[in-house]
Amino acid sequence: METIYSIRPLVAILIASVASLLIMATRNRPNLRETWSVLGALATCLTVVSMTPWILAGKYVEITPFVILPGISMKFRVDALGILFGTIASFLWILVSFYNIGYMRSLNEHAQTRYYFCFAVAIVGAVGVAFSGNLFTLYLFYELITIFTYPLVAHHQDEESYEGARKYMVYLTGTAKGFFLPAIILTYILAGTLDFAPSGVVQGIFPADANPTLVTVTYILYLAGFAKAAIMPFHNWLPSAMVAPTPVSALLHAVAVVKAGVFCVSRVMLSVFGLEVLDRLFLGIPTAYAAGFTIVLASVIALTKDDLKARLAYSTVSQLSYVIIGVSLLTPTAVTGGLLHIANHAFSKITLFMCAGAIYVALHTKKISEMGGIGRVMPFTLAAFGIASLSMIGVPLVCGFVSKWYMIRGAMEGHHTVFLLVFLASTILNTGYFIPILTKAFFEPPGAALEHLHHGSGHTAGRLHEAPIAMVVPLVLTAIASVIMGIYPDYFLNIVKAVFR
Amino acid sequence: MDFLIPNQLNYPVLSTLIFLPLVGALIIFFIRNETGAKVWTLAVSTVTFLLSLPLYIYFDPSTHKYQFGEHAPWIPLFKVNYTLGVDGISLLLVLLSTLLIPICVLCSWRYIGKRVREFHFCLLLMETACVGVFSALDFVLFYIFWEAMLVPMYLLIAVWGGPDKVYASIKFFIYTMVGGVFLLVAMIALFLKTGTFSIPELMTHSYSLSFQIWIFLAMAFPFAIKVPMAPFHTWLPAAHVEAPTAGSVLLASVLLKMGTYGFVRFCLPITPEASLYFAPLMLWISIISIVYGGYVALGQTDMKRLIAYSSVAHMGFVTLGTFVFNKNGIEGAILQMINHGVTTGALFLCVGIIYERSHSRQIMDNAGIGKIMPAYVGFLGFFSLSSMAFPGTNSFVGELLVLIGAFSGALFYGVLTIPGVILAAAYMLRLLQKIAWGGKGNPTFVDLNLREWVYLIPLAIFVLWIGLAPTPFLEVMHASVDHLIAQVQAAKAVALIP
Repeated sequence: METIYSIRPLVAILIASVASLLIMATRNRPNLRETWSVLGALATCLTVVSMTPWILAGKYVEITPFVILPGISMKFRVDALGILFGTIASFLWILVSFYNIGYMRSLNEHAQTRYYFCFAVAIVGAVGVAFSGNLFTLYLFYELITIFTYPLVAHHQDEESYEGARKYMVYLTGTAKGFFLPAIILTYILAGTLDFAPSGVVQGIFPADANPTLVTVTYILYLAGFAKAAIMPFHNWLPSAMVAPTPVSALLHAVAVVKAGVFCVSRVMLSVFGLEVLDRLFLGIPTAYAAGFTIVLASVIALTKDDLKARLAYSTVSQLSYVIIGVSLLTPTAVTGGLLHIANHAFSKITLFMCAGAIYVALHTKKISEMGGIGRVMPFTLAAFGIASLSMIGVPLVCGFVSKWYMIRGAMEGHHTVFLLVFLASTILNTGYFIPILTKAFFEPPGAALEHLHHGSGHTAGRLHEAPIAMVVPLVLTAIASVIMGIYPDYFLNIVKAVFR
Repeated sequence: MDFLIPNQLNYPVLSTLIFLPLVGALIIFFIRNETGAKVWTLAVSTVTFLLSLPLYIYFDPSTHKYQFGEHAPWIPLFKVNYTLGVDGISLLLVLLSTLLIPICVLCSWRYIGKRVREFHFCLLLMETACVGVFSALDFVLFYIFWEAMLVPMYLLIAVWGGPDKVYASIKFFIYTMVGGVFLLVAMIALFLKTGTFSIPELMTHSYSLSFQIWIFLAMAFPFAIKVPMAPFHTWLPAAHVEAPTAGSVLLASVLLKMGTYGFVRFCLPITPEASLYFAPLMLWISIISIVYGGYVALGQTDMKRLIAYSSVAHMGFVTLGTFVFNKNGIEGAILQMINHGVTTGALFLCVGIIYERSHSRQIMDNAGIGKIMPAYVGFLGFFSLSSMAFPGTNSFVGELLVLIGAFSGALFYGVLTIPGVILAAAYMLRLLQKIAWGGKGNPTFVDLNLREWVYLIPLAIFVLWIGLAPTPFLEVMHASVDHLIAQVQAAKAVALIP
């Protein structure tokens, strides 16, 4: 394996950091401020993508800016897994930047500079997590995300948002400090280093004679420490975080933050423990059971939610565990499916959240029960919602199908009937909580939201009433992307396959 | 004298650092106007700081011996010598002390309204005593500086303190004085046993375990008061709350370090077997300090009190690292002393800044200023993150080293500290949340002025520097810490032989 020493990983992170500072510096000129946000997103994404050819050629990109202690350093090391998450986070940041502008200006939100600043720093954190070369760097950026998303969750600064944000903080910081940090220390004591395994995903960093009990304890601490992955019982922060403005829920609580969680779990399983150790200590299947339990239970809870964002939140909890189940089945096919689901779920779920935000901006409703007939006035938004729902369910031609295909194949190869049933049950449950929204929106008579619209603003039936164009275009684009990725999954599939090279 | 490397610089650096502030302090009384006295103190302390930098530049990290040594007979009758020198353990503490005095002068520029000359006299006297404590290699000399520090600190609290200053200063004085008496007893007992006051020579003698246990207790008691370790900590919140900003900064950043420095300099090498004997007790007390300090901090409504209790918790990490007897633990402990000095000092400065505007230290009186003083809240947030050991800041490196030391040396004790780590995040974030957003905020407050930027920036630089590239700070202590561990290990080997 060839390693390229390049500053590009650092450049990507620095661009996003500089963008956040420029946002702060131009706080009195909103147009310029939003320009920095968009430009920063574009530049970061281009820098990330520019490293992809190296990765596909089987190389690593590495840079070590600081050495803290022997075996502990600030180190960036880009591999296939990292580029996968980095690309998704930085690419979707571009689209959400536009969406942000539409959302924040339509609703005349307060403290917009703080909002854009924290948003940018959260992306710095996500890209940093993606490119981390060791657990120390991973921990740094993981915590960075937590701290800087707090002001975003508490953005409205009322009782409800403080309550949600406090729960958010308690769950994420508490588990990170209470479990993740001891796990790092134990890893250092057992392995003498915090660097990720240099060669592939089979061999971990633990020496062969490491105490198996301690290794197992460390593993459990890691799983509990990554509360961002929202494995039950550490999932409760995610629905609470839905008090945040919708673009935050879209990019952060469907993509950057939660994907940072499942990314960390995958990273630790693949690059710290390695498939071989996980297999030897029988750690994979219990993890898969925990994830399977989360999938089914979260889907059942989602059925009961009338608040659209809450339903999407529980759907997210359930879909995140797909990634974990895929990785913890430990066969190459299943792992491929799990990792691919990071990308596929990101594009589809961000579409769903952006639709929820667009509906809120256009019709000021969050309740599904009030959404009768809205498909007729917001056809683009609801069409995008429909496509993304199909992807969640796993219908062919939309991207969710591809990752589920790999995972089901993986489960069958390993003769894991239980997980086949989990996938099946989840598909039915997904259908159960997504399709009623669509039938309501397209086939039912106008509900409370539309009644209100007709009375309130003299809107006549039959005319379109979409959210601002800056919001509709991004969500249509991500919906189209979901379809393209369903038909031509090669781009992300090739990256994921490079993980095993 | 083979433990001492004579000073190679063309001026007696340690004596200069001790006596320059003293001379400067005496001259203050000849300056008529008060601004002149401030400028003079700032100049003297800045020059002292600049003169202390060669200590780091010319320090030889490859040896454990005491460097920049100065030796002169003082009271030959009792074999008391004037011996100075620094090694990897004390070097950074000396530099921390000299760095903080100019900052203290700057932060008191407007805060002190009465008896300005006397205030600055006390500050410079403190500098003399602090540098003296950390560089003295003779027990009598050490004891003199140790006690000398008491007077200016007492005055800082008792004269320039808050409404309850008399109570706080007396409490501080009594606690420290009582501790000091035990130190005196230990010193005399050691002299009678060995006939020397030289600290490095005392380390080379071997004593019976029962003698060591008594000596350890007599020395550990004053040090534990100074650290402070629960249950001897009650003087600290009182003193901090009443002290002026500069007093709090010095108290937290330098004075508390004398206790932990004492453990590392005296208890471990002079009474190694007793240290091993008492290690479980010390670890338990450390853990209690960490968790109890953090828990109590969580319930405070007064900003200074909150930070004072967080000090108890942070210093618990230092003693924890000291008594696990491995390299990571002790280096982490020493680094954590510096970190605590930088971070907690900066937090007290932040409290002082807001107190100058609102004349209240209550969290709720200062709440909700996020949009009114964004730069201030930025600094407060930054130092709060450092205080809760956010990765990438100084405290994280120190805490990580201590925890690695604790987990590898005594896994069970290490695990017990984790609640303290979580509590640290809880109380700091609670403070930050309330200050930034917790209320309406007083719109008449003005954001940081240039002077305040000037004294916060250096500390912020150190937070990031130690957090991201701690090698320059750690490499100076390797040799000394290795030597210290060898001394303790030798005792362990002896202790194992029946």
